[in-house]
Amino acid sequence: MTSAWLYILQRASAMIMAPLVIAHLLLIIYAMRGGITAGEILSRTQGSVGWAVFYSLFVVSAAIHAPIGVRNVLAEMAGLKGRTVDLAIAGFGLLLLIIGLRAVYGVVAT
Amino acid sequence: MGENTAKTMKVKVWRGKDSGDWQHYEVPHRASQTILDVVTYIQRHLDDTLSYRFACRVGMCGSCAMTVNGKPRWTCRTHVSRVVEDGEVSIAPLRNMPVIKDLACDMTEFFAKWQRAEGKFNGTRTRHEKMNPVDPTSTARQAASAGIECINCAVCYSACDVVSWNSEYLGPAALNRAWTLLNDERDDSQTERLKAVATDAGCHSCHSQGSCAVHCPVGLNPSLSIAGLKRESAKALLQGKLK
Repeated sequence: MTSAWLYILQRASAMIMAPLVIAHLLLIIYAMRGGITAGEILSRTQGSVGWAVFYSLFVVSAAIHAPIGVRNVLAEMAGLKGRTVDLAIAGFGLLLLIIGLRAVYGVVAT
Repeated sequence: MGENTAKTMKVKVWRGKDSGDWQHYEVPHRASQTILDVVTYIQRHLDDTLSYRFACRVGMCGSCAMTVNGKPRWTCRTHVSRVVEDGEVSIAPLRNMPVIKDLACDMTEFFAKWQRAEGKFNGTRTRHEKMNPVDPTSTARQAASAGIECINCAVCYSACDVVSWNSEYLGPAALNRAWTLLNDERDDSQTERLKAVATDAGCHSCHSQGSCAVHCPVGLNPSLSIAGLKRESAKALLQGKLK
């Protein structure tokens, strides 16, 4: 039933990410109207529970969503099957999770 | 065939097995001529060693599908005038199946996948019981009816890129069949069927690219059937029915 679970997880994570991506892009357009510095960004994000939750959710969803797509690419284009491909994408997902959460920590930690 | 034999066309036919070569023929172009007529003309008048498969000649049996000018088609119902390009036609065996010889493919695996997708009816009543009435207007019966007229020609299977990438993939025809049975209220093996199609070789591998629906000669939409299987197997999984 792995493939059915992956199907559900990929759709669910996409549903979570869609509004987050829109909010993220609108925020960039809004914030950049008059130019913004790294210091100004950090002054808003540091210590903000809201932004920590927003981007952590984003990172977790992406770390679930992307590896499932990559799993299909590896299986169909590189012929990887079974445990090999599952271990490869588990590693890829973990990598996305670690570097993503580290980045979130970097902008919200005080 | 008509009497207009003055015009001819160039026909390129695949000869051999998976490795082989194109052979060129000059065939009279006639009115209302089908691709199957062309192949038959070549075999009867030009080269009797040419192998191909056909039976009914009227679009019912699904035996005569071939790749015509790069696209999978039922050759008995494909008019030359609709597919000829600059007076030329190329005729090759279907893709995604081993070639036995020339234009005939080995369809063993194609049909084995129907079995693997639980593509057989498992009724609950015997001949000693009353018939189980099915409401023709019910949503399930209408979904089944929409996909039921498959003639097993393997045009969709040949058109499917996922099959070409993953030889285990059950393919549009087998999954479409599973979908029609899933919507048959008289069938008693729905859980087994959903388990059979919810694997890496099953419905979730479909990219919804829709080549099957584009090329299906009888106008079915296997993509839609597969989407239904994805939905129903996901639902059953969340309800804990697919242990």
